[in-house]
Amino acid sequence: MFTRITQFFALSLMLMLAIPVAQAATDKEPIWPSLKTAYFGDKSIRDNADDLLVIEAPKRAEDAAIVPISIKSLVPQSADKYIKNIHVIIDENPMPYSANFQLSPELGTVDISTRMRIDQYTYVRAIAEMNDGSLHMVSRFVKASGGCSAPAGKDAAAALARLGQMQIRMREATVGEPVQAQVIVSHPNYSGLQYDQQNRKYIPAHYVDDIDISYNNKTLIRVEAGISMSEDPSVRFTFTPDEHGKLKAVVKDSKQQQFSLEKDI
Amino acid sequence: MLIRALLTTISLGITFFSQTACAQQTYSVEQVTDGIYYHQGVHEDASVENFGAIANVGFIIGSDCVAVIDSGGSYKEGELLAKAVQSVTDKPVCYIINTHVHPDHTLGNAAFNGAHTIYIGHEKLSAAMAAREDFFKRSFSETLGDAYTGTEFIAPSQTVSIDQPVTIDLGNRELVLTAFTTSHTDHDLTVFDKQTQTLWTGDLLFIERTPALDGSINGWIAISEQLQQMPVNYIVPGHGPAGSTDLGQAGWQAQLLYLTSIRQQIRDIILDFGTIEEATASVGLAEKDKWLLFDEYHRRNVTAAFVELEWE
Repeated sequence: MFTRITQFFALSLMLMLAIPVAQAATDKEPIWPSLKTAYFGDKSIRDNADDLLVIEAPKRAEDAAIVPISIKSLVPQSADKYIKNIHVIIDENPMPYSANFQLSPELGTVDISTRMRIDQYTYVRAIAEMNDGSLHMVSRFVKASGGCSAPAGKDAAAALARLGQMQIRMREATVGEPVQAQVIVSHPNYSGLQYDQQNRKYIPAHYVDDIDISYNNKTLIRVEAGISMSEDPSVRFTFTPDEHGKLKAVVKDSKQQQFSLEKDI
Repeated sequence: MLIRALLTTISLGITFFSQTACAQQTYSVEQVTDGIYYHQGVHEDASVENFGAIANVGFIIGSDCVAVIDSGGSYKEGELLAKAVQSVTDKPVCYIINTHVHPDHTLGNAAFNGAHTIYIGHEKLSAAMAAREDFFKRSFSETLGDAYTGTEFIAPSQTVSIDQPVTIDLGNRELVLTAFTTSHTDHDLTVFDKQTQTLWTGDLLFIERTPALDGSINGWIAISEQLQQMPVNYIVPGHGPAGSTDLGQAGWQAQLLYLTSIRQQIRDIILDFGTIEEATASVGLAEKDKWLLFDEYHRRNVTAAFVELEWE
């Protein structure tokens, strides 16, 4: 899987270089068909899968650098039928393939939210890949601009000072009952597209690319992420602890730094 | 209200007409007090029609030369402001002071670019400008159209460090420039004219127009409280009318009420494990009727404050 996502991100980069030319030739040509082929080949994707999945995003983003996106499943996860991956694609971002949420059947309910940068008016898509390999898509159109190349953060010094700090935020959990939790890590998530005019160079990409959230050593959610993820990446989710134990989050970034935090339940 | 009437009567009403393709535009400066003039920006977002003249900009005249404080929201506004200076005095402009990087305060910089002009700003202004230059170029060349033509990003040649105010002399007229820790932005600067006890706040103070947070809500509250205590005779905010002590006090009061009430409500939501979406949907709605452009800025403020307060 790791190589697969690396390929996706590499493909994104290639598309990023290739597409402006194509766009200039055929103004407003939808980008999605070429993205679909690049990421999913000739597999068919069922569109408007509203019976399975709900995606929520603001119609107009208040702050293009922090756009809350949430994805919920209407069908509970079960051992024989579950959502294995949710691919998040933001068509018009520099790297459209934005995240892959790998989900365990033990998650129970799929109710995930995160925060993304959005570079221009774009479709945001969530594509559920079921354990049988079938693909189901829902999408929303978001008006926002400047999320990826706008300056990282409002107080660069403060953001760097707390790099790697983590929080697991949740209410008191009860065994057997669903509970919401949020994993958040302080990280500037430099996209590699922010130009530092003072030093005449791009700030090198340095971003969180892997978040593994487990309960009693069994992975609930693993997120493979790209540069669309906002500064201070946040993943909020619902899970049901089946017994007392440890909720643990391990975060890795593109410079192989690793941060982790656990919480007793 | 009294001071407002007073200002209008003492205003010289210097007005310029400039012909553009579609409309005749007027540009006037009002006198705040002896030797201090400002143009009050309109409470709109930048557009071709208003050529970016949405923030307060102006100048202070000494016996030797003039300090321009914020240069306008486009090259065109910079030019109109330069003409306004010339209509009031024949003294040269020696300083361009940028209170912070936002485009409505800096895009006119190039209109004053002379051999002897010194550009002054906060020690972090250069970095802030460099980080945003590319983004501002793309979005404001489009938003402002022809008014943008000529715009250059001119970083300060002299800087002011936090906790080390700098005094500049315009000839028998000293201005004290103070740089702040992260507040409205991470590089806010105020100008204090000793002679008339006038405080030019930049965007540390918004009057009438919804405050726009691009720094730290905690910092902005602390610095608003600090500046509110400062004895001044006149105040020129970043947006909204300039006036006397009373207007300034009411302005600080209203801004502090806005910032502290949204901070409290966001903290409550965070403590209750709520989300940004819940916060933007519910926080600060009682403030809505008190501010202009509330729908354009308020939810963004809540979003920015939320991700800051999450780390308390």
